[in-house]
Amino acid sequence: MSESDLEAAFADGPALVSYVVAGDPDVESTKEHVRALVRGGADVVELGLPFSEPIAEGPTIQRAVRRALDAGMTPERYLDLVADLREDVDVPLVCMTYFNPIYQYGAGEARSASDASGETASEGPEPFVAAAAEAGISGFIVPDLPVDESGPLKEACEAHGLDLVFMVAPTTTDDRLDRMLSRASGFVYVQGRLGTTGARSDVSDRTHGSLGRLDRTDLPKAVGFGISERDHAREIVAGGADGVIVGSAFVDIVADGRDAADRLEAKARELKAGALDGASEVPEPERT
Amino acid sequence: MSSESKFGEYGGQYVPEALMPAIEELTDAYERYVLNNEDGFVDEFRERLADFGGRPTPLQRADRLSERYDREVYLKREDLVHGGAHKLNNALGQVLLAKYMGKERIIAETGAGQHGTATAMAAAHLDIDCEIYMGRTDINRQRPNVFRMRIHDAEVNPVTAGSGTLKEAINATMRDWATNVEDTHYVIGSVVGPHPFPKMVRDFQSVISEEAREQIREKAGRLPDSVVACAGGGSNTMGAFHEFVGDEDVDLLAVEAGGSGLTIDEEAGLAPHSASLSAGEEGVLHGARTKLLQNPDGQILESHSVSAGLDYSGVGPELAHLVDEGRVRPVNVGDDAALEAFHRLSKLEGIIPALESSHALAYLERAALGDADDDLGEVVVVNVSGRGDKDLDTVIEESDSRDIDAAPSMEVFQSE
Ligand SMILES: Cc1ncc(COP(=O)(O)O)c(C=O)c1O
Repeated sequence: MSESDLEAAFADGPALVSYVVAGDPDVESTKEHVRALVRGGADVVELGLPFSEPIAEGPTIQRAVRRALDAGMTPERYLDLVADLREDVDVPLVCMTYFNPIYQYGAGEARSASDASGETASEGPEPFVAAAAEAGISGFIVPDLPVDESGPLKEACEAHGLDLVFMVAPTTTDDRLDRMLSRASGFVYVQGRLGTTGARSDVSDRTHGSLGRLDRTDLPKAVGFGISERDHAREIVAGGADGVIVGSAFVDIVADGRDAADRLEAKARELKAGALDGASEVPEPERT
Repeated sequence: MSSESKFGEYGGQYVPEALMPAIEELTDAYERYVLNNEDGFVDEFRERLADFGGRPTPLQRADRLSERYDREVYLKREDLVHGGAHKLNNALGQVLLAKYMGKERIIAETGAGQHGTATAMAAAHLDIDCEIYMGRTDINRQRPNVFRMRIHDAEVNPVTAGSGTLKEAINATMRDWATNVEDTHYVIGSVVGPHPFPKMVRDFQSVISEEAREQIREKAGRLPDSVVACAGGGSNTMGAFHEFVGDEDVDLLAVEAGGSGLTIDEEAGLAPHSASLSAGEEGVLHGARTKLLQNPDGQILESHSVSAGLDYSGVGPELAHLVDEGRVRPVNVGDDAALEAFHRLSKLEGIIPALESSHALAYLERAALGDADDDLGEVVVVNVSGRGDKDLDTVIEESDSRDIDAAPSMEVFQSE
């Protein structure tokens, strides 16, 4: 099996996975922001496709999603944005969204066709995955799609050579972890703490426990939820993670608006440096 | 397990991974305690429903409505359940289950405030900490219920996102649950959400049709021709229908809130109604695949109804399935018709119905006397899901601004 784009992004040392909401505050800004993150050292960019009911997000990202929707972000515009970015951004782009927008894409057409034929309307996630692959997306993260419901999306991702990333929570049982790892690809998203996304001032103890349980997989492990500072990134990578995922800390900068691109670049650089510090603390034999 | 979690293609468990172990634990507890009566759970539940909850509720023949509509009209009096609505059936069941599961804290969302009140009441009764999330708009239109929750020592957390109604309150409660899942049970308020909630809530509510089926046989000597219930999330609906689903000759009518019309303002992302069974499309919201009010991009639309308890963009997956199967017929009535029906029942029968229940009563008027030309048959059971005391502020204001014919005038009582 050949290594996927996402796995490859973790190959040269600890990775910085960054997240921003597509279309917040508008499409042109998002392009600038993504380029700035990559200049600052981001190895993967998660682009949020906004959904009106973001139940896994804290206040920072909830507000960003609202801004993006109010500014007119749609799945079509999202795909155009991805295709445009692909022209000069060469790190993998991941689509982070909820199941309903994926599922609805193309369903409208299927519905009018099926009204005529009388058959069931649902097309499933395939049309959106196909379009995303075409636009240049490397994988999906869908927080309201646990492994048990992931069959159709996983199939579509495989058909188009994309990764489906699963999230491991502090509450995840070993039994569920096994089921997840048997389907996971790209990297494993380790949710560092319970709750929703949002910048925090410390690293949760639970992160280390979660990482310990992931020894059994060769996939890269990236920790997210609450990371906002150089020291967090250092601590997490020193603790055995292959990367850190940072969202709200970047989205806060976007929300503030002033010199956003420059500050995003600087923040990415700071976090990436933290991750590199952490890697230098990891004893040799444990590094792969 | 995953096949049982669905009703046809509806239902399922679409929630963040952090919640999945809790949902598996709940599924296990549901099967053991609720389905298999382990440790006598069901016996205790029934006993508490009787002694604390005031069950069984009467099935009352409505004499003047029967005369008006020229058929036998029976009212299932869920307004007489302790707390004033069917919501206690479910809240008591879930809070008790949370105790059996050893949880230390319960949380709930509420729209009309009836579910929040019932949960706060059950939590006080069973001595467990309780926090309720409620949309800002709903807090403003259901103030008496907010105070009732506070009386029972529940925290009430206002939710300001979106239009500040039930959908946003559910989002907020899910976020709390994802944070505190290890010691907290989420008492969801209707037959919505991830499996096992839709089945479990239906089971707790099906006491309504269990009683009604017996009672109508006694009183009318036969099964009804139709059962009519309002549908928001659909818990009083499924409760009133469940034991009749196998009786093919009994028509089941789910009356949705037609609001101010069934159109959709896509520009504003708003549906001026909450008729997701009649006008929704299949999608995934709050943990389940079901019929939803959404735009073609899959963004959920804000719903509207004069009645807070029906103001929701989704509906229970089992109802969506029964509608597709042709077993349940979705119909709807508008805000004005519901207000008229509110005053009509108060005047003719001496019962003040909840604005939610008023929708079911309004459909009766339309089917028997209005433009619907719908033969409900000779014997009709209408579920009066709750009492309307909580709605008086809304009714005074809305009756005035809309010129509702049946409304009494308060003008002479205006303070000088
Ligand atoms: C009296 C009453 N009836 C009906 C409803 C609607 O809920 P459901 O459709 O779940 O019965 C509510 C909700 O709060 C209610 O308070």
